[in-house]
Amino acid sequence: MYFVDRLVIAMTAAAFAPAASLAQEAPLKIGVVTFLSGPAASPFGVPARNAAEIMVEMLNGTKVPAPYAARGFGGAALQMQLVDESGPATTQVTEFRNLAQRDNVDMVIGYVSSGNCLAVAPVAEELKKLTVFFDCGTPRIFEEKSYKYVFRTASTATMDSVGAALYVKELKAGKIKSIAGVNQNYAWGQDSWVDFEASMKQLTPGVQVATSQMPKLFAGQYNAEISTVLGAKADVVHSSFWDGDLEAFILQAGPRGLFKRSTVILTTGETAMYKLAEHIPDGVVIGARGPYGPYAPDNELNRWFSKTFADRYGVPPNYAAYQMAQAILGTKAAWEKAQSANGGNRPSTDQAIAAFERLTFESPAGKVEMVIGAGHQAITETAYGVSKLVKGKMTVANVKRYPATMVNPPDGVKAADWIANGFKK
Amino acid sequence: MKIVNVTHGSFYALGAYAAASITGALLARGMPPSLSYAVLLGSALLVSVIVAPLIERGILRFMYAKDEVVILLITYALFLILEDVIKMIWGVNPYFIAEPYGLLGSFDVLDLTYPYYNLILVGVAIACGAGLAWMLGSTRTGKLLVAVIHDTEVSRAMGINVDRMYLYTFTFGSLLAAIGGAFTAPTVSVVPALGVEVIVLSFAVVVIGGLGSLPGAALGAVMVGLVRSAAIHYLPQAELFVIYLVMAMVLAFRPRGLFSIAEARKI
Repeated sequence: MYFVDRLVIAMTAAAFAPAASLAQEAPLKIGVVTFLSGPAASPFGVPARNAAEIMVEMLNGTKVPAPYAARGFGGAALQMQLVDESGPATTQVTEFRNLAQRDNVDMVIGYVSSGNCLAVAPVAEELKKLTVFFDCGTPRIFEEKSYKYVFRTASTATMDSVGAALYVKELKAGKIKSIAGVNQNYAWGQDSWVDFEASMKQLTPGVQVATSQMPKLFAGQYNAEISTVLGAKADVVHSSFWDGDLEAFILQAGPRGLFKRSTVILTTGETAMYKLAEHIPDGVVIGARGPYGPYAPDNELNRWFSKTFADRYGVPPNYAAYQMAQAILGTKAAWEKAQSANGGNRPSTDQAIAAFERLTFESPAGKVEMVIGAGHQAITETAYGVSKLVKGKMTVANVKRYPATMVNPPDGVKAADWIANGFKK
Repeated sequence: MKIVNVTHGSFYALGAYAAASITGALLARGMPPSLSYAVLLGSALLVSVIVAPLIERGILRFMYAKDEVVILLITYALFLILEDVIKMIWGVNPYFIAEPYGLLGSFDVLDLTYPYYNLILVGVAIACGAGLAWMLGSTRTGKLLVAVIHDTEVSRAMGINVDRMYLYTFTFGSLLAAIGGAFTAPTVSVVPALGVEVIVLSFAVVVIGGLGSLPGAALGAVMVGLVRSAAIHYLPQAELFVIYLVMAMVLAFRPRGLFSIAEARKI
């Protein structure tokens, strides 16, 4: 009898509960897009998916440390819908339309490939769907157009290239007469090299470009490029290779003596440094596309995230995993700020966007500021170091950190112009 | 066999995956690294002997009567299926076996350093090409195969077991592709879609040389390799374009490739 009474009371209470309260408890659907197959799956896509799964589960279970202890986003549980990013950009545009129009997700978080980000951004704008890019690096997205519905919570490739130039100049004490590049022939590789070359010319006047190699994406074989770079005898070799291309390049360049002849910068080297520890000699400049992995700060969020990830998956989170966690936490921070401004009720997309613009939030990688790209593009500090094998385990040594404003252009200034003007604020 | 066999890309990838996983496992169990070259060859033999007959007997033999374009599409479909099969078996994580690549050390040519392993690759390629040419031109099996390719019906009437010849030929061709993948594996990161790049480049090579011509394929491979290397060295921007420029120029003057085989017209 007692049970029946309670049931009647509960049903009555539910029937008369305010509509807003019901809406508050309805789950939020998030489309998560990352590589689940293809060459980019292993280094980026799968770690990012793993990070997304952890974040959704832990946020729903209120197990994330402060300031993200609230359930889901503002009390609403999260439902994740995974989509594979592999395939041409046209496929990604179709998949995005499916997420927005067929599956009716509340927002989309995703995209590793710069080409896919460039293709999806205008469609997100057309469909008025809040879209957060978590990884892709090309600075062109917010330099060439302005978007209302699109945000990016990771820094652009400009930060990686400027940081690499600053680091290598200091490392080589200015003794750099020539540089060379081996980068993939698409938006990411081209933008990375252009920014690095321009930065080196600013920081080391008179430096010569010995050669710039742009092999096809996923070519896999680089012996001819390595021969040319070896023959060019450059003091510094820059590469923004990633995935299997990066791993193949390391495996092929090592026995051919490239690491001995030149100081090699691998701007995404962190994704390969543990797997290929035996094949990366000491002294290779290792980047992690920001303060991620071995460069992540010692804060509570990072300690929680790296331990939770490593306990579940048996490996430490790489930078793609950090960036996915960063995107989810940034969106949560914006959502809850908007909800708070909306009297505790679920915010509209426009209210969430208003809260996201120029937001500053904490992530496992430290402070993230959405201050460029008219408040839609994040900047963070970055760090570089050199590889050092210690007791069979790969570590980074001689680590230097660069503040966000030192390695990212100011708002409204194109990266190329900022570098060409001597990094003036 | 008059088949433009796209599944060769899959056998290249299968050879690479089998070599990387088997060699890696044996090295981890204490196998002397010097034996790894034999294991690479054995791995290629293992996958081709198992998979190729399954495909030939299970699918292709029912298709020989169809148009060559249909068979091309069927092999392309098989290529896509095998890509997913590879992911199901080996997952999406890369495999490495760099030990055979660095084991023999390096040598210098002027200012450039090359691993001795690159010489092994050249040696294996020459041995495979020369062995195939010898087999086709100087052995009974090779001559029977040439007869089967030339005219299946007459060959069958003359008492040749055509079905068996098809099986042997498909398996042997697949073995050569798997050897290519197995011996390339130590120099690359073995990842999904490994076969895609190879099959596109291989198609350019055989089209330049002339479909069905062994000397043509050899010459096409040397031309593509040299032209691509020269472009990388002197004009890197043209690297991707130059291979297809050569192909277009060759086809403009010799539409059936450099070593196209004259075909007798059947009346």
